[in-house]
Amino acid sequence: MTDQAFQAVIEVEDLVTYYGTRKILDRVNLSIRQGEVMVIMGGSGSGKSTLLRHLLALNKPASGSIRLYGKDIGKYSTRELQTLRKRMGVSFQNGALFNSLNVEDNVAFPLREHTQLDDNTIRIMSRMKLEVVNLAGFEELMPAQLSGGMIKRAALARAIVMDPDMLFFDEPSAGLDPVVSADLDELILKLREAMQVSVVVVTHELDSAFRIADRIIVLDKGKVLIIGTVDEVKNSDNQRVQNLLNRRAEDVEVDPEAYLKRLTENLAGL
Amino acid sequence: MTYLVEEKDGFLLVHLEGDVDLSTSPEVRKLMLDCLRKKPQLLIDLSQVSYIDSSGVASLVEGYQLSKSQGSEFALIGVSEAARSVLQLARLDKVFPIYDSLAQRLQHGSI
Repeated sequence: MTDQAFQAVIEVEDLVTYYGTRKILDRVNLSIRQGEVMVIMGGSGSGKSTLLRHLLALNKPASGSIRLYGKDIGKYSTRELQTLRKRMGVSFQNGALFNSLNVEDNVAFPLREHTQLDDNTIRIMSRMKLEVVNLAGFEELMPAQLSGGMIKRAALARAIVMDPDMLFFDEPSAGLDPVVSADLDELILKLREAMQVSVVVVTHELDSAFRIADRIIVLDKGKVLIIGTVDEVKNSDNQRVQNLLNRRAEDVEVDPEAYLKRLTENLAGL
Repeated sequence: MTYLVEEKDGFLLVHLEGDVDLSTSPEVRKLMLDCLRKKPQLLIDLSQVSYIDSSGVASLVEGYQLSKSQGSEFALIGVSEAARSVLQLARLDKVFPIYDSLAQRLQHGSI
């Protein structure tokens, strides 16, 4: 790879964030390179979705910084951020399609909102992207008529319709059967190859993560447990990483006195 | 983006140069539609195109469809690697007639 290929498009430095008084992310450091597939993993409540929101410049850090293309997000003007967001494609967990628009109009929506292109160009572009995600011929269907896998693919077509530099996925495999999920992974890799796009995927699906990731960041209670290649993560001797990989629930420390009290509190005759 | 239009060996050649993207593809579209009014045998030279996005490719698709409906020829020549990968992604490399150059097109017979 060239130096260009290793250039960081997103750099996160000492990111700390809170919801109320609860610390959600604790000194997270991460850099994502051009053309790289970075997978964010972690259990529920580990902070992975919050990290994604920060990468999308939707949340402001309590402290630390996030640089997109070398410039601190806080230093972008509102207008610059709007321009920047046009270079980002996002595919949300539930697809977030507009129920009142058919598939083609859903895909065309960002082009109609953000460009002055001729409608013929817009429609051809939308149909091209539907071809890419293997949804050709389904242009006229409404979201309610689509299967779970088709909704994800339509959302992906919409995410790539502006030819973004960066693609973000929130739980792309959630709710999909393994075959459909594997197809979607293949599609993500194909897009990376053809568009040289950087891809950030939040997932808790191990199979999917191992298939697509160049590198994986594992979060636990807001802290980074490890950032590394698939092999480095698999071979990590960190017990918490291994627990996550082996889907082992953490042993909760039991205070016998307190536990007994919780079970028997306010009961008659006790 | 800049362009040059020339007539050569019975073809109308449109040489595109630079980036064909959201900001320049409307110009490419207009240029092609203008050229197609004369129902020419049209070759679009992409050899000097450093980047072409989906809006640029969509303009080419529209031009190709229009020339087909007019019964005239439309082909791409000098398709760079970057342009080819964009075409391949949407399987359009199977749709457009593509030649390396005008010379290669001429080897395939006269108009």
